[in-house]
Amino acid sequence: MEIANVVDKWSGNVKEVTIGATKDEGGTRGKTVTIGGANCIPFMDFDGSPGHKPAIAMDVYDTPPEEWPEPLLKHYADVIDNPANWAKKCAEFGADLICLKLDGIHPDKGNRSADETVSTVKSILEAVDIPLIIWGCENDERDNEIMPKVSEAAKGEKCLLGGATQENYKTITAVSLADGHNLITQAPVDINIGKQINILVTDLGFPTDRIVMFQTTGALGYGIEYCYSIHERGRMAALSGDHQMATPVICDVGHEAWRAKEAKASDSEAPQWGSFADRGIMWEAITATTLMQSGVDIIRMNHPEAVSIVKKHIENLT
Amino acid sequence: MITLAERINGQFLDVKKAIKERDPSVIHELAKKQTEAGATYLDINVGTAAADQEDAMKWLVESTQEAVKTPIAIDSQKLSVIKAGLEVIKNDVMINSAQGDPEVLDTYMQLAKEHNAALICLTMNKEGIPQNVDTRIEIAAEIAGKALEHDVDMDKIFIDPILFSIPVDQKQPAYMLEVFNQIKLISDPSPHITVGLSNLAQGTQEKSLICRTFLTMAIAAGMDTALMDVLDTELMDAAICAEMLLNKQIYSDSFLKAARA
Repeated sequence: MEIANVVDKWSGNVKEVTIGATKDEGGTRGKTVTIGGANCIPFMDFDGSPGHKPAIAMDVYDTPPEEWPEPLLKHYADVIDNPANWAKKCAEFGADLICLKLDGIHPDKGNRSADETVSTVKSILEAVDIPLIIWGCENDERDNEIMPKVSEAAKGEKCLLGGATQENYKTITAVSLADGHNLITQAPVDINIGKQINILVTDLGFPTDRIVMFQTTGALGYGIEYCYSIHERGRMAALSGDHQMATPVICDVGHEAWRAKEAKASDSEAPQWGSFADRGIMWEAITATTLMQSGVDIIRMNHPEAVSIVKKHIENLT
Repeated sequence: MITLAERINGQFLDVKKAIKERDPSVIHELAKKQTEAGATYLDINVGTAAADQEDAMKWLVESTQEAVKTPIAIDSQKLSVIKAGLEVIKNDVMINSAQGDPEVLDTYMQLAKEHNAALICLTMNKEGIPQNVDTRIEIAAEIAGKALEHDVDMDKIFIDPILFSIPVDQKQPAYMLEVFNQIKLISDPSPHITVGLSNLAQGTQEKSLICRTFLTMAIAAGMDTALMDVLDTELMDAAICAEMLLNKQIYSDSFLKAARA
């Protein structure tokens, strides 16, 4: 019997984006991370080149996160109020990138000043030599005040800055452009807005090979299918030649997975759900490995064991 | 969609005069304007302007290539004029067009293969232009068969089922939609389907409206290419919008701009 040839040919490819700059490139990083480059659907290497492997970014917060459950918190209890040491720990856990989330600049979460934030950024750049993602607090006013200072302080390091939204994109785009950083464009689980924001920032002269797209992530059981289908449709469009969708994708798995009640409910609250110690790790790992199939290039994560499961899974698939 | 820009044609007075006086500035200007408007190919037709059509074709191709790198469609019913154009072509090229007789197709398929050219084939033969759906489909199938025989990639084949103007035959636009649907079924992958869109509105008022309305109907029925006025912004917008409505492009508020980028 003749076996049908099911190999697909794609006309487009996802752009490559490099995060981080070494000394020779004007930064201080020990290594850089390049993502994207796929010209076939994820892990289907018989169709074409799947591009670079997904990279793992581990989160560091500028203020201790509220409501982290014990199985997650225990790994960071000694560094929870020291972002530099926290970042070091993540690097030891195998993070490819550090994602510094600036929740602390939000008026409701500490209202930290620009000076404090800049010194946090500098301390992390000194503590670790892997590339950095720096993400605002999603309060437009505070982000527009702080992110330009942060961007300037990290000039030359080719960070990935987040994020530009349809309502607030001009400031962050301008400073990322001026200081040579990469940029996250973000949309609220809406592929049309996702495309529109890419058009808006490129209209300001921002190069497409420095953009990484973000659709608000849904964890397993909390809208993962919406997020999955948007990633998938975007990736198919990119591979079919839609230039505005041909940028790599970042997803926020750790934060979303550890918000799920399945990750937070203790043994006594939910004895029938299996061990509290393992549940959150599985929730995070399964959310990550599922979204990997939809076409993501950077996965933000929290728990070291989940990171190690996902990394092993990536190795097995590539 | 794939657009063939129609303005570099000796039937237009400015082009006719440019050919006569060998004034390339008019051709440069039209080449640039149509490229900016989003033309996939620049169709080049010497019309009836020149005594020496071969020489005029060479000059038009060369003048166009001085201004832009946009692929060119060499448009003539004479093989010698097409060959003259191919002699000086530098970039991607399309041959416009061959008729559907087997021996004619043999010649043109070989020529297309030799120059790695795309090829428009008309669903007409020695008997003339068929007045029904079935004969058009028969000729289209003959064309697809010849492409396979000569090992020409189906992506290079464009079938033109020949659109008459409204005053000539008003029944025809409706059954042409049926022709498009059936051409898509003659092979997998199927050939492209193209028409001379402006022909439809010859001798009418409201040319732009007629062309743009038929264009959206035709895109829905599977036509993906047209020789048309790419400088008509509303016509180009309608084509982009029709393709967006058929989910060939992801919608964004700037979808018209995105499609032109």
